[in-house]
Amino acid sequence: MFKSPPYLLQDASVSRVMTQVCLALVPGIAVYVWLLGPAILIQLAVASLAALLSEALILRLRGKPLALFLSDGSAVVTAWLIALTFPPLAPWWLVVVGTVFAIVVAKHLYGGLGQNPFNPAMIAFAVCIVSFPALMSQWPSQGLHLSLAEQANIVFGLMPRVDALAGATPLDALKTALKLGAESGIDVPALLANQDIYGNFAGRGWEWVAAAYLLGGLWLWLRGVITWQVPVAFIAALTAISTALWVYQPTSFASPFFHLFSGGAMLGAFFIATDPVSGCTTPRGKLVFGAGAGLLAYLIRVFGGYPDGVAFAVLIMNICVPVIDLFCQPPIFGMKDKP
Amino acid sequence: MFDLFKFKGGVKPPTNKAQSTTLPIAAAPLPARLAVPLHQSIGGTPRPVVKAGDTVLKGQLIGQADGWISAAVHAPTSGTVRAVAMRVQPHPSGLDALSVVIEPDGQDRWIERQPVDYGKLAPEDVRELLQAAGVVGLGGAVFPTHGKLTAAKSVPMEELVINGAECEPFITCDDLLMRERADEVVRGIGIFRDLLQPQRVLIGVEDNKPEAIAALEAAVRARGESFSVVAVPTRYPAGGAKQLIRVLTGKEVPAARRSTDLGVQCFNVATAYTAWRAIAHGEPVVSRLVTLTGNVRQPRNYEALIGTPMGELLAVAQPNPDTDGIIMGGPMMGFLVPDRDAPVVKATNCLIAHSDRLFPPAPPEMPCIRCGECARACPHELQPFELYWFARARNFGKTQEYAIFDCIECGCCSYVCPSRIPLVQYFRFAKSEIWAREREKNAADGAKARFEFKQQRDEREKAEKAEKLAKAAAAQAAKKAAEAAAAAAGEAKTDPAPAALDPETAKRATIEAAMARAKAQREAAAPRNTDNLSAEQQAEVAAIEARRTQAAVPPQSHPNGPTE
Ligand code: SF4
Ligand code: SF4
Repeated sequence: MFKSPPYLLQDASVSRVMTQVCLALVPGIAVYVWLLGPAILIQLAVASLAALLSEALILRLRGKPLALFLSDGSAVVTAWLIALTFPPLAPWWLVVVGTVFAIVVAKHLYGGLGQNPFNPAMIAFAVCIVSFPALMSQWPSQGLHLSLAEQANIVFGLMPRVDALAGATPLDALKTALKLGAESGIDVPALLANQDIYGNFAGRGWEWVAAAYLLGGLWLWLRGVITWQVPVAFIAALTAISTALWVYQPTSFASPFFHLFSGGAMLGAFFIATDPVSGCTTPRGKLVFGAGAGLLAYLIRVFGGYPDGVAFAVLIMNICVPVIDLFCQPPIFGMKDKP
Repeated sequence: MFDLFKFKGGVKPPTNKAQSTTLPIAAAPLPARLAVPLHQSIGGTPRPVVKAGDTVLKGQLIGQADGWISAAVHAPTSGTVRAVAMRVQPHPSGLDALSVVIEPDGQDRWIERQPVDYGKLAPEDVRELLQAAGVVGLGGAVFPTHGKLTAAKSVPMEELVINGAECEPFITCDDLLMRERADEVVRGIGIFRDLLQPQRVLIGVEDNKPEAIAALEAAVRARGESFSVVAVPTRYPAGGAKQLIRVLTGKEVPAARRSTDLGVQCFNVATAYTAWRAIAHGEPVVSRLVTLTGNVRQPRNYEALIGTPMGELLAVAQPNPDTDGIIMGGPMMGFLVPDRDAPVVKATNCLIAHSDRLFPPAPPEMPCIRCGECARACPHELQPFELYWFARARNFGKTQEYAIFDCIECGCCSYVCPSRIPLVQYFRFAKSEIWAREREKNAADGAKARFEFKQQRDEREKAEKAEKLAKAAAAQAAKKAAEAAAAAAGEAKTDPAPAALDPETAKRATIEAAMARAKAQREAAAPRNTDNLSAEQQAEVAAIEARRTQAAVPPQSHPNGPTE
């Protein structure tokens, strides 16, 4: 028998970490279903299945223990993040393509669990929005009330993708409207008064989903699954730049509230940018990482060509991780007053 | 209220201390045979002064301290020396070391004990007395106590920290000692205080030991001393010397320095107790308190003789039938002793009966997910996952850059890791490898220096020889020229050039070949970079560790070692 100290171990495991992340997403999903229809449940199921199957396949190819790695939950977390960032009524194969790409290329070709330099879910989003820009921007129009069966039919392509469904995210709608309305003198406050798309402080419906993500994220922090640095820095940076521009010209820039509760901001701050594998590990590094992601997300979503910037912002920051961590190494015990 | 500081990191494992504190300290039965290792402290190995057949009395000197950093060893009871021979040691590798085997006569007769009034002695004499009585740090590091009782000349001694924290789960021997023998602990602290003359004396006890704190406070009051008994928050490893110093004084002692450089010295409560017994009662250290706990029916603290076989001692606590091993020390930093016959030594504070029920085997190791839990738990604020990464890649230079030698092997990182990576094992492995390489490098450097010296000498000799030859040739040529001139004819013979380089180059080639062979062997013997530490690697770690304990360890790394 060779057993090494410590003999006492805390009750911790990778699957427990991943399960808690999934649990923390549940409030957001619940609000999503309630306000925007149950289609997201189909997407979650499709993505999870695709993730587990492709993970199993590649584990087998790589000769890794199947049960051990399938049960770690990491593939499911990736799948859920993909489903939650894709349009809920996207065709099923789009989610499958994204998920398989995330698991096979972004995760396993880089060495599997713990080795991927980029956030797999965000790679899936980036790949799909570049390859299928039209499908990735078809969001259900507000006020479209479809039954579960109808939604399922759309997702599985058994029903024509009616025009009513070719809506846009509130972020996208705002950007397009601003672009179109630049000459006609339409400004942000006027646009936001349009209660069809916009709710109390951000996109109608979406704002509450984002609020629920915030809640789940806080719970993760309380449980010690994530640390405060990334979300706080992300939100602080996003708030700072959006406030600055909003104060500077409230007619062309939306308020910080709008930005915080629109698109992938909350999901990004608490669930995506906090991914430990592809993010910074040092406390100061996390502040830099979070702030950078928040800032870039704003710049891309407001000035860039894509409806939302969180995915690209996180991927860009992923590239910078080694350098950031190198410069942010904390001093060790007893060496604090040394240069 | 006393202002406390915080140390970063640390963990809160279940303490499991209540089991062994319900009963008072008891005396362990006299074993049939004792094997007292001579090397029980950091520093020189004491020389045996008895031989097989000698009769000894309890407390009689059997091993004479060798050098200043070394402490004497004594017969734990009266009886007959049966052998002075190699016996198994309480060490992960199960190495043997020279031990004095004593068969007790059952009388337990003491030598003549000579209590002294240390107030009348010069400080050097007190230190010598402590050395002669074999007083060493009983918190686990077993550094000879007298070696820590000289104040640094350049730095004023500000705080004397007494460690009664006892932060490891399961261990309660210091707790019971403080509860039952607080007065003698306080008197022992008085000796240290008088020798070191610190400005303050701080006794740190984890706040999960209210009885011990109350007993110490009462004893301090009764003696009219000004020591502060401080309850420190229960958090492992609060009892690590550096952590306790940090909590009580706010000072952080870097790995490369001694605490005395910062005006602090630290002793364990049990060390203070034995110092008092040695001075005031003339009793050398022949026994110690050992917590018997874990998978046993009767957990309790026992006063056990040094040299008692661990298996025999643990039997007193009635281990459950599924016990399959003995952990010496706590579950965080202790280790499974490879042999039940390994003796209780001065460092043995606790024996835990091991079973898989009590300590379930770790689930399979997963890849690191860089969650940083380990870094948040590390009391030395290291980045364990980076160390792990580099240790696994055998990039030992990088592990040193990430301060692997600051790691105290406390196990907090392994304790929290969700991927169940045995991080500490990797760190021990890396440290052993670095040590082994240093040694090899030193050896190679020595050989190289010898080689170069010899080469230089050879070259000098060669040059001298060539010069001589040239001179002789010149002389000869001159002579010949003269002769030739005289003979007006004849050929001038050319002298052969000193082409005698061949043996030299050959020798050099031989040496180089030998070095290359040695390197190849080293590489062949080195374990391959497998995903996990293989049994082979682990065996290697154990073997290197065996050497490491035997080798003279640089003393500065020990006065403030993990538990003392
Ligand atoms: S706790 Fe384990 S999994 Fe997490 S960073 Fe440290 S070594 Fe990696
Ligand atoms: S074992 Fe070493 S690296 Fe791990 S927590 Fe303790 S000091 Fe830090």
